[in-house]
Amino acid sequence: MKVTGTAHKVGDHIDTDAIIPARFLVTTDAKELGANCMEGLEAGWVKRVKENDVMVGGVNFGCGSSREHAPISILGAGIPVVLAHSFARIFYRNGFNMGLVLLEIGDDIDKFSDTDQIEVDTASGVINNLTTGATVQAAPVPPFMQEILNAGGLVEYAKKKLA
Amino acid sequence: MGQTLAEKILQNHTDEQVTGAGQIVQCKVDMVLANDITAPLAIKSFKAMGAKKVFDRDKISLVCDHFTPNKDIDSAEQVKVVRDFAEEMGVTHYYECGEVGVEHALLPEKGIVGPGYVVIGADSHTCTYGGLGAFATGMGSTDVGAGMALGETWFKVPPTIRVNLTGTPGKYVGAKDFVLNQIGILGVSGALYKALEYGGEVVDNMTIEGRMTIANMAIEAGGKVGLFPVDQKTLDYSSKAGFKGGELMTPDADAVYERVVDIDVTGMAPQVACPHLPDNVKPVDETAGLKIHQAVIGSCTNGRIEDMREAAEVLKGRKVDPKVRCIILPATPSIWKACMQEGLMEIFMDAGCIVGPPTCGPCLGGHMGILAGGERAISTTNRNFKGRMGSLESEVFLSNPAVAAASAVAGEIINPAKL
Repeated sequence: MKVTGTAHKVGDHIDTDAIIPARFLVTTDAKELGANCMEGLEAGWVKRVKENDVMVGGVNFGCGSSREHAPISILGAGIPVVLAHSFARIFYRNGFNMGLVLLEIGDDIDKFSDTDQIEVDTASGVINNLTTGATVQAAPVPPFMQEILNAGGLVEYAKKKLA
Repeated sequence: MGQTLAEKILQNHTDEQVTGAGQIVQCKVDMVLANDITAPLAIKSFKAMGAKKVFDRDKISLVCDHFTPNKDIDSAEQVKVVRDFAEEMGVTHYYECGEVGVEHALLPEKGIVGPGYVVIGADSHTCTYGGLGAFATGMGSTDVGAGMALGETWFKVPPTIRVNLTGTPGKYVGAKDFVLNQIGILGVSGALYKALEYGGEVVDNMTIEGRMTIANMAIEAGGKVGLFPVDQKTLDYSSKAGFKGGELMTPDADAVYERVVDIDVTGMAPQVACPHLPDNVKPVDETAGLKIHQAVIGSCTNGRIEDMREAAEVLKGRKVDPKVRCIILPATPSIWKACMQEGLMEIFMDAGCIVGPPTCGPCLGGHMGILAGGERAISTTNRNFKGRMGSLESEVFLSNPAVAAASAVAGEIINPAKL
């Protein structure tokens, strides 16, 4: 899958309360959660996002709660990919399980600024900054997680095991 | 090659040979947990997987503790989903109404989790059970939904950071201060993807409740688990709670650690985590004098009976500042009852505290203690993220129960020794 969109830079240690505050956790609906995405960072944040835009986080993106509502709200906001220096562990698993593509790129994250146009090849992990011309290769996805992705996510993976 | 505690427990739950950090292993799980926020999504995934029944009705725990007593219609509907599922599947450990407590205080107390277990929970503070020597870790709802269906999950064997706690702590300094201090040293991502393993004379002398307070906050340093060795004290605690099984467990002498952190607690002051991250830690005196509007004493970190006693010791014969809401939430019904029997309730009420039911409510800004813009709270909970307890313009400081109680009395953050 190739994704082209605007970068939205959000900084280090973006926690799950910033992504989707607890008061919105009375639903599991992706659209509703998406409408309040990053409400804990800044009121009305989601209004700047267009379909297929890319979130760019820093260190430890997604730290905090186990709430799967966090990756669901990012997807619900129309964002299919998050690039980060590093991801918090629970969020990382959740992202893959939900089909949100997460690419870890360490210090290369500094090659992306807010509002840059970014093109991401989710299969190869190659990320092009169309604004600056920079190209970055993301760390490969561990083989076992690739297996889950190939199955079509954890729901499909478990479905096969249960069959 | 020697094994760490994390490697030993995972080895006992997989057919594969655990060779070291980074390896992905498929493991059987002993207990799968979810709460009223995360279970509805887990159930949704469980059904989408085509699962018809849970792998073992005795190995699932569903605890409705976050938005309960239900704060609104939506949360009531969420609990209904969980209740109906529990009934349909015949889940043994389903808790709500008068039986419910904060999940991570409730499960150890009821002997549902214990030494040597592998526990996955759709709640990030599932790591609490590491205090009992369980490999317990938080996951998302879909992972937990799959766990409920399959009875197994995959883990990447984590590298381990060994934390040695030595020395003799002073008055009003305990488990919460040790863990805040350690998070300050490691940083909130210092243990990202890793296991934290604790040892040293302080650990040997520490109560099981204290160990759970420390294990609880492993996730606040990014950790996957916070593990304590299983000693006789652990076995006694677990068997008294009704847990069957468990055996002594220590890491091998030649276990491989990624990093060793030595902390001497002698002379350590009570610690406070300042906004807006749990690693922004300072000795309490450096934050003294900051006016507070609310104090919260409770949660899966510090809502156990020892914490209640610690708060009561400070509050006894004193009055909470009339401008401060001091909210006390004993974490389970049996802790509540013990507070009554030991006369702590009278102390709390006489001091002018608000004593609530067991609930996670204020910790996550759910209900029963939300902060307005410009307000500041001191709390025995585990997170002080921006807006965590309410308004984005509010502030949360984390501390031990004695500091929170003393600050409630003073109306400002204070070292209990100086009250």
